[in-house]
Amino acid sequence: MTMREYMLGNVAIARGLLEGGVQVVAGYPGTPSSEIIDTLAARKDPDYHIEWSVNEKVAMEVAVGAAWASVRSVVTMKHVGLNVAADPFMTLAYAGTKGGLIAIVADDPSCHSSQNEQDTRRYAQFALVPCFDPSTPQEAKNMLPYAFEFSEKFEVPVIFRPTTRISHGKSDIELGEIPVEKTAPNFEKLLDRWVMLPKNARPRHTHLLSIQQSIEDALAESPWNSLELKPDAKFGVIGAGIASVYAKEALVELGLEVSYLKIGTYPVPRKLILELLETVDTVLVFEELEPIVEEQVKMIAQEAGLEVSVLGKTNGFVPREGELDVSAFLEALKKTFDLETEAETSGTALELAPRPPALCAGCSHRATFYSMKKVFGKDAIYPSDIGCYTLGIQNGTVETTLCMGSSISVASGLYHAGEKRPICCSIGDSTFFHSGMNSLLNAIVNKANITVTILDNRITAMTGHQPNPGVGYTATGEPTVQVSLEELCKAMGAEFVSVVDPYRLEETQEAFKAAKEFEGVAVVITRQPCVISGKRAGIRRAPYLVDPEKCEGCKQCVKFGCPAIEFNEKDKCAVITSLCSGCGVCAQVCKFDAILEVKR
Amino acid sequence: MSQAEQKKLDLLITGVGGQGAILASDIIGKAAVTAGIPIRAAETHGMAQRGGSVVNHIRVGNDYGSMIPKKGADLLLALEPMEAVRYLDFLKDGGVVIVNTQPIIPVTVTSGLTKYPEVPDILEFLSEKYIVKAFNADELAYEAGSRLAMNVVMVGAVSGYLPIPKEIILESVKALVPQKTIEVNLRAFEAGRQKVEES
Repeated sequence: MTMREYMLGNVAIARGLLEGGVQVVAGYPGTPSSEIIDTLAARKDPDYHIEWSVNEKVAMEVAVGAAWASVRSVVTMKHVGLNVAADPFMTLAYAGTKGGLIAIVADDPSCHSSQNEQDTRRYAQFALVPCFDPSTPQEAKNMLPYAFEFSEKFEVPVIFRPTTRISHGKSDIELGEIPVEKTAPNFEKLLDRWVMLPKNARPRHTHLLSIQQSIEDALAESPWNSLELKPDAKFGVIGAGIASVYAKEALVELGLEVSYLKIGTYPVPRKLILELLETVDTVLVFEELEPIVEEQVKMIAQEAGLEVSVLGKTNGFVPREGELDVSAFLEALKKTFDLETEAETSGTALELAPRPPALCAGCSHRATFYSMKKVFGKDAIYPSDIGCYTLGIQNGTVETTLCMGSSISVASGLYHAGEKRPICCSIGDSTFFHSGMNSLLNAIVNKANITVTILDNRITAMTGHQPNPGVGYTATGEPTVQVSLEELCKAMGAEFVSVVDPYRLEETQEAFKAAKEFEGVAVVITRQPCVISGKRAGIRRAPYLVDPEKCEGCKQCVKFGCPAIEFNEKDKCAVITSLCSGCGVCAQVCKFDAILEVKR
Repeated sequence: MSQAEQKKLDLLITGVGGQGAILASDIIGKAAVTAGIPIRAAETHGMAQRGGSVVNHIRVGNDYGSMIPKKGADLLLALEPMEAVRYLDFLKDGGVVIVNTQPIIPVTVTSGLTKYPEVPDILEFLSEKYIVKAFNADELAYEAGSRLAMNVVMVGAVSGYLPIPKEIILESVKALVPQKTIEVNLRAFEAGRQKVEES
């Protein structure tokens, strides 16, 4: 009997890696990719090395080392992580691998939890490496052992690109066998491949180009592409990756007799595309993000001299931004056949309050931002970074967010541009270790005059609480060196370093005042564990309540923005709900001593 | 209608990050697999979870993607009243809305930026186009032994509509809730199921 389990797409991907015999796993957390390593790290007695690396570039290089030692390795990241890891990756394509190497790079159409919608398939094209684009979690799992073999066969790294709806979709998954045999490591000293001097790089570039056709032919034969030609059909649909199942569902639902090509690999299967183009006069291309297949189809049609009209993102039939779904495909069909689109149903007559995500009740970032704003004021400039604290935009202390680690360098640039207003930037502990360190070093050496706040909540919180170099344990929970942020900053030349508890408003504000006065780069580390991971680690604090006798209804505590504080309009009195985690900051905000700790 | 058709059901679960929408959908998902029915689901993770609005798509008897098309859901299970209205685009005309009437006031309202609509107005609005089953699931959970079991009350409430035998769903509840809370959750399930059967 086959085993079926209900699992998250990323758990299915982790399973696929096990079934493919992975031996080294590295990555940096990033939604929607994080649960792959979380899953593999949580397994008992893993027979593979697994790590959360300090950033994606480092993770990529760890995977490269392993692949050069002839074992199978994987590196995981979100789409923008590949920008960080692009340096090793682009040249790795020339050098190639021995053991299979899969770069799992998860795209996020619609920016559910990201700063852009870049398409990783472009990187595959750019680097001249094969790319796998799964259409379902089951296919994702099945593709991975194949991808390892493929990588080894052609001695090239491969990209595996799930999207949010694959990674965070759930499905019943049919499981396969996990191999027991492991490859013994063997680093062959192939210097003409591993040393990318110009004289070695040139022939490797030629080699990489020379295998493109064989790669394309092999992929065209793979089970991840399939063509269904309907006799007499003059209309064809090409669906790629997850978008292919949206198209398929709509076609089946409508009972349309059209020819249909499903694409799951790149370079695209030219043979199958030609076969389709020769039988139809119109083809609609449906794919997430960039019009990559569409561009290829147009080129192939032109080269073959075929008069086929190719519809998709470049001519307005399919939206180029945001994520697709069945409804988007139906819209594209209506446009294709000039059918009337339904008038938008009039918006709900009911006015709804927006419910954006917010910092948790008792989150120390809110306290840090409160003190920061008190000391630096409305006029100051607040560059920030990527993490939970980006939600501080609601507190008026997040005014720039570009990419991981950019807060400090953007702050430096603002200062060197001649801005006279005070500049106070914020960055989380994990983001600081990721790439903020370089920016701090640069700011110090090049004499910026800014305040750098490291929001040290002792974890990588936003992505699901992964460890970082500051916490003292590895991905598997094994104890390791705990790197001190303050010593690190001092070693990089910081002359002002202050560590405070953000729950103590007075102490924190004193530190910010001194930092503001300081000429040069001042570092303030606000240290307090994340309330979620703190609670899991057993931190318990007595909750607070409002004494209605003392409450004047001034709403200062409500304006602080903690989700645990509500206001009773009838009694004109603030109320603290069961969400209270006992941080006690609102009690310090209250001018009337009306907020008290609940005595046990 | 073929047997396979009968087993098809698209369900949307909406609520607020932290209410246990994912556990609710996992209970149904696991039960479907046990019953041998294909299942797809899509969840809200990451940024959107921090107390924000969340929506899960659950497609029982489906072999395609995890996203329910617009106006495709047979049922909407709302763990919070305002969140019942936010995703109505996905519900079929004449579809069923099962809604917990206990509101969670967002920070945008507590801080005075906007107003929370009156719950009776929400229910009246929903009743115009849909079949509405409304009750306070937080109170039922409290009576069953813990307010935290609200999500399981709601699973109980929707269970009668699912093409999955009740016993299998109950097994799934037992397997997925913390060991110590099984009794409370089984009571919560029954309370929710009864509430909808009565109405």
